[in-house]
Formats: sequence, C-alpha cells, structure tokens
Amino acid sequence: MARLWQPGIVLVALLLSIPALTIAGFVFEPSGENWQHLKQTVLPDYLENSALLALGVAIGTLGIGVSTAWLTAMCRFPGKRYFVWLLLLPLAMPAYIIAYTYTGMFDFAGPVQSAIREWTGWRYGDYYFPEIRSLGGAITMLSLVLYPYVYLLARAAFLEQSICVLEVSRTLGCNAWSSFYRVALPLARPAIVAGLSLALMETLADYGTVSYFGLGVFTTGIFRTWFGMGDSVAAAKMSAMLLMFVFTLVIIERLSRRQAKYHHTTNKYTRLPEYPLHGMRAVLAFVVCLLPVAAGFLLPAGQLLAWALQTWEEMVDASFIKLTLHTVFLGLGTALLSVMLALFLAYGRRVLKSRTVFVSIRVAAIGYAIPGTVIAVGVIIPFAWLDNTLDGWMREHFDYSTGLLLSGTLFALVFAYLVRFLAVSLQTVESGLDKIKPSMDDAARSLGYRPRETLKKVHMPLMKGSLLTALLIVFVDVMKELPATLILRPFNFNTLAVRAFELASDERLADSSTAALMIVLVGLLPVIYLSRSIAQSRAGST
Amino acid sequence: MKLKHLVVAALVVSSMSAMASEVNVYSGRKEKLIKPLLDRFTEQTGIQTNLVTAKADKLLTRLKNEGRNSPADVFITVDAGRLYRAKQAGVFASIDNPVLNDAVPAHLRDPQGQWVGLSQRARVIFYAKDRVKPSELSTYEDLASEKWHKRICIRGSSNIYNQSLVASMIAADGKDAAQQWANGIVKNMARPPQGGDRDQIKAAAAGQCDLAVANTYYYGKMLTSKKDKVQLQAARAMGLFWPNQQDRGTHVNISGAGVTKYARNRDNAIKLLEFLVSPEAQKWYAEVNFEYPVREGAEVSELVKSWGDFKSDKLNLDVLGRNNAEAVRIMDRAGWK
Repeated sequence: MARLWQPGIVLVALLLSIPALTIAGFVFEPSGENWQHLKQTVLPDYLENSALLALGVAIGTLGIGVSTAWLTAMCRFPGKRYFVWLLLLPLAMPAYIIAYTYTGMFDFAGPVQSAIREWTGWRYGDYYFPEIRSLGGAITMLSLVLYPYVYLLARAAFLEQSICVLEVSRTLGCNAWSSFYRVALPLARPAIVAGLSLALMETLADYGTVSYFGLGVFTTGIFRTWFGMGDSVAAAKMSAMLLMFVFTLVIIERLSRRQAKYHHTTNKYTRLPEYPLHGMRAVLAFVVCLLPVAAGFLLPAGQLLAWALQTWEEMVDASFIKLTLHTVFLGLGTALLSVMLALFLAYGRRVLKSRTVFVSIRVAAIGYAIPGTVIAVGVIIPFAWLDNTLDGWMREHFDYSTGLLLSGTLFALVFAYLVRFLAVSLQTVESGLDKIKPSMDDAARSLGYRPRETLKKVHMPLMKGSLLTALLIVFVDVMKELPATLILRPFNFNTLAVRAFELASDERLADSSTAALMIVLVGLLPVIYLSRSIAQSRAGST
Repeated sequence: MKLKHLVVAALVVSSMSAMASEVNVYSGRKEKLIKPLLDRFTEQTGIQTNLVTAKADKLLTRLKNEGRNSPADVFITVDAGRLYRAKQAGVFASIDNPVLNDAVPAHLRDPQGQWVGLSQRARVIFYAKDRVKPSELSTYEDLASEKWHKRICIRGSSNIYNQSLVASMIAADGKDAAQQWANGIVKNMARPPQGGDRDQIKAAAAGQCDLAVANTYYYGKMLTSKKDKVQLQAARAMGLFWPNQQDRGTHVNISGAGVTKYARNRDNAIKLLEFLVSPEAQKWYAEVNFEYPVREGAEVSELVKSWGDFKSDKLNLDVLGRNNAEAVRIMDRAGWK
C-alpha cells in the first residue's frame, strides 16, 4: 500500500499540474516586441495594483473573518445563534455579481446618487461620494464575499480548541483579550492562514470584478495580452509571474511556521464557556456581525430580488430548469471528487512525511491562483494534442478517425475544475488533519490498524466538520465558476453562471438577476445545512 | 485482429451522432442573440443546430487547438478584428457562394471569402441635449480638441470596439496622428474609463460628462427598456450624432461568420450562412438588437429609422484586424486604461 502511495501522489500532482506546465512552457519561447512594450508601459501598474489589491483584501478578510469568528465562537450576545450561519451567506454570492449590483446601486448614475442630487440640487463635482469602480471598491467587494473563508476556518479552529488551554492562560494572568491574542489566535493560526490564502488566491485569480471596474491588474493584463494582442508568449510570461508571486507566498507561510506544531495536546474537552456580553459591548458585537452580512449579502441579494421580481417571468423557462440541474450536478460531482483527492493527498503527506510528497502536493494545488481562462487554455492545448495525436495514429494504423475523445466533453470541464479548486479542499482537509495530534495515529497503529483503517476509523470521524466544509466550499465555487465553464463546456450545455454572465455582460443587469439569484439560492442550501453540521461537530462533543 | 475490430466498432458507435443532419456552431454572440435564429433555421430546413457560446477569442483558441477534428462547422463572432484573427489562425475555409456575394456588399466580406458580415453596428457620439448643441460636433478627430477638456466618457482600451475605432483612425489618418488623437482623448476623459457602453451614456446623462462614445444598438435597447427607468430617462436625455459625415463616414463594425476549414457539415454550414443573410434573418437583427442589416434594402425597425440615414465608412473591415495590435499599443502609450 505505502509503496504505491507515494508514486500515486506524484502522479496525481503531475496530472493536475499539466495546465500550469503547459502555460509555463510558453515562458521559454523568445519574447517579441510586445513584451518590451508591456514592460515599458503597463506592467509596473499591473504589479502595483495586484499587490495593493491582495494587501487590501488580506486586511479586509482578516479583520472581518477573525473578529466575527471569535465573537460567534466564544461570546454570547443577542442574535449570535443566527449570526453563526448568517455570516456564511456571502459565500454564495459570486464576486462579479456583487460588483454588478453595487455598481447598479451606487454608481454616479445609479438610484442612490441620483436621489442625493435630486434632493439637494447638487451636480457632478459638488459633493464627495466614494467611487465604486476603483481599487478601493474592488477591495471592498472582494473582502465582502471572501471573508467567509477566513471566518469558516477560524471559527472551526476556535471551536475545536481545548478549553483547558484557555483556562490555564487565564489562571496565568491573561485577561479575555490577551488570552485571545496570546493563546487562541496563535493556536488557530494554521486555519486562519489557510482561509486567508484561499481568499488571496481567489483575489489574484479574479477576473470578473476587476475587469468590470476597469482595473489594470495581472488577470486583466493577461487577458488583454493573450486575446487582445494575440501574444500567447507574453501572456504566459505574465501568468508565470503571477504564479511565482503565489508560490512565494505559500513558501513564506510554510517556512514561517516550520518550527511550530499546532496540535492540541489534551483530550479534555468540555463545553466552551461563552463570555456573556452586556450593554454597549453586546451592541458592538451585534453590529460587527451584522455589517458584513448586510453589506455582503442582504443588500445585494435584496437588489437582485427586486430586479428578479420585475423580470423573472420572461427569464424562467424549461431551459432555465435544465441549466439549474446542470449546475447542481456539476458542483456536487466535482466537490466529491475534489474532497476524495484532497484526502488522498493530505493523508499521504501525514503518513509518508517525504519531501517529494510535500512538494508534489504544493504543486498540485497551485491551480487556485490561476485565472480560470488560463487554466481552460492549459486544458484545451494538451487535451486537443492528445486527441489529435491518437486520431492520427488510429488513422494511420486502422484507417479510422477517433475524432476528439476528451476535448469538448464534461470530462475536460471537470478536470479543469479539479485543477482550479483542489487547493480549496486540500487546505481545508489539511488544516483539519493538522489539528489531530500524531499520537492518535501512533495509538491507532499500535492497536493494529493499518493506515487506511486509521484514516477511516479515527481521522475521518474526527474531521467530519473539515470534510463537510471542503465539500461545501468546492460545491459553491464550482457553481460560481465562469470563465473555464464558458470555454470548455460541450454543445448545448449551460450553467447558471453562464446565463447570468451573458445577460450581465450585455449590460442587462435586471434580466441577469434571476439566474444570479438562483446561484445564490442553490448555494445557500449547502451553506445552511453544513453550518449546522459544523456547529455540532466540535471535537469532544457527543 | 479481434481487438482491432472491437475498437473500430466501439468508435463507430461513438461517432454515429456525427452522421445526423446537423450543423455545429461556435458563437461569440450571446445565446439570446443567436439561438432564436438557429431555431428558426431548424424549423425551415430540418437541420439540427448545436451551439456553444463563449467569448470569441477563447472559442477561437479552442477551435485552433482542436484542429482537423474540431466539431465546429461555423464560427460566429462580433467585430472585424476578431474575424481577422480567426482568418490569420487559419480556421476558416474560403467560400465563393453567389447567394452570399449577392446579399452582402464587398467591403463587409473578406476579400478571400473566409468570412461574411451578418449585421452592422455603428460607433457614434452621444451628446447631452441640455449642454451640447449638435452643431458643436463634427468628427471623431475633433473629440481630441481642447474644447472637450474633461467632458468625454468612453470605455477602456481592453474593449475591442475601441480598439477597432483606433484601428480605423490609423487607417484614415496614419499612425502618428492616431497616437496624437489617443493622447488627446485621454486628456479629455471626464473620468478613468470604466463600465460598458450603456454606462457611458448613463454617466453623460447624469452630468458626469457631456459626450459619450457608444454603439447605437445600446442606445436602442435603453430607449426601449420598459423596466429600467434610469436607462430610459438617460437615453432620452441624450442625442445621437453621426460623426464624419462630410468625409469618410461613420465608423462601422460587423458581426460576422465563416465556415470552418475542417467542417464536416459543410453544406449545412453554408445553408446556415445563407439563411443568416436572408431578408427574414436580417430583419430580425435590426428589430431585436437594433443593428443595421448588411443586406441592402432589408427593413429596419421604426426606432432605428428615426435615427436617420447616415454615410458609413466603406473601409474594408479586414484592415481593422490588421491594425489591431498597433491600436492596442497606441492606447497603452497614451495611458488609455
């Protein structure tokens, strides 16, 4: 078993890195005048904007995610029971859709500013209003929909912590704040960082929001160079720069916690005490939790609903139901596959403890930071090559044409999803696994379990919450995914995201709202269901 | 030997579907703007249509890599720049078909017969009726003059309509003049470029700028928008001006299509193109999407008629494609975001 495991992991990693390697292959081709031109004109801007965007989103998601996670895990205040799952809702909202709705509402020509002008008689330039289509706007939009990654993982970590550690810190003289800063936060760090890196990778790969806001960042630059200038070499060089950026982030994080281990060292779990909050503190906690829910979900969903009420009759037909089913089926299938793969890889790393395995896994997960379109192209090229080579061989030897076996099939699409979203399930599964201390493995092994049985009978029940979380995030991510779906899908195959995007990009926001709302609604079901399971899956609870 | 038979048998079964009477379409036009026509085509001819829609540039990448095994028979897209790219990529077959040649004027067809225009769209100037008199307007070139300082709304340089507009400026005035023009436009922008064509019209109506550059069909859609009052009012506050009527004419672009080089349903593909330039289909484009037909004498909607006749630039659209890369570089140098 173990003998086959390592080669298995390396093979999976290789397969999943085919798209990235295909793109990286372009880097070694000689660059033309376009590359010079880009370096002189727009590249420095792209670098600066991408870095600022990532930094802003990091601050935003950490601020919102960690504070709300702590409040809902450790404190008692009015409405807390609801906030536990309300705070997850923005996860169901695709970034490009929240950008459309906010622009629709707060743009200069939108209803809010128009009302202000009508009411006061001011004209353009007479008053200040934050420009929604700006770097700051993009940071806000992305933070609002991406903070649940941090919240979800941080809260799970806070809940899984042993109360004894916290109690000890209190007896050693920490007050509530310092035991948070000095004990709970460091203990939850792997989970928080895992959530943050998901948010950041998604930020760097985002295309819908930044292009709608007209920002010059790496993704928009790659698109423009590749498809606008038709220069795949220069575009691949930019993609490679982006990848290097992400890889450096990953390495820095891994190095910085090299010495530290983050397992909990005691088995004593009792019900977490909740710090009761009163008066102003309770109000403050309430507001802190309400704001992200309102801004990240209620407001945009309300706008979508208002639009959908106007247009749904024209938009819902037989094809609409079909594409909803397509979307759900694709999301579920991919999520299951992705979690199984993640478990295979993560557990392999734990058992084998080999450098090769470690590197392979990091390589396998790089796809999350690559924009969907780039991955799609990285899938099209090798698949078409394989198909055409096989076809040529068959023609030669059997005088028969096999045509395209993989290209243009659902297989190619699901493969692209796996490449793109493996990091999501992997991060979640790994951080769940990391919290189970190795002595558990040793105990199980010494009692005669083989690694696979240990996984099944010991680890999987302990990390049920993490597995469900991974399943949920991948499902929702696949459902929202747009660029790769657009280009790779088979004939006559639509998804909700495709429908919403086609209408919205035709500047028919109101018409697109029904499909957009459907994405949100379908995404809500697993969010709510799983948030309940997670609440019940605290280690040590019965 | 036995294995060989099995393999062949399995593959025959798997490719049976290719034998039915059908035509496979890769479309850069959105589903809503092509599916109704395809359905009508199926009704008339009994030929089944299969459709994938996506961004044209990416579909082209797919088509190119699928090579001789690509299932696509027809590739449809908007903008001459993209048709040119497809032609350069060698995915089209040359078609010399009398029906197409008769229906579509020569400057809206590829010189080698690789693609044919299906509908025309004009990129024009819209002015805020309460702040600008149409007599102050004249040409695209004039938009770069100082009197429009910080008064123009226009979208970003990643947008292919703008790329093609600059490409037409290169063709008309030369590279250096086009660079000067782009520099002037950037100085005259009321705000950094953002949003789509409708957003420019809305911003001008709301007073953020006085002029907006946009395609006419967006204006048509805004004027007929029953549900979005903001759009309707914005469009009503704006007037449409046809630039360059005294010289080369207003810049027009097209949506177009070609038959793929390795099409397996070539005859059906040609039939589809013939249908798309037929009076019936041409009328549909004009009525549903407020575009201009390529077929001379085809009817347009009342609304489109109300905008008046105009002189269009007769530049062969192939040139827009050839100038595209230079246009992008010019915009980059000008700092056109």
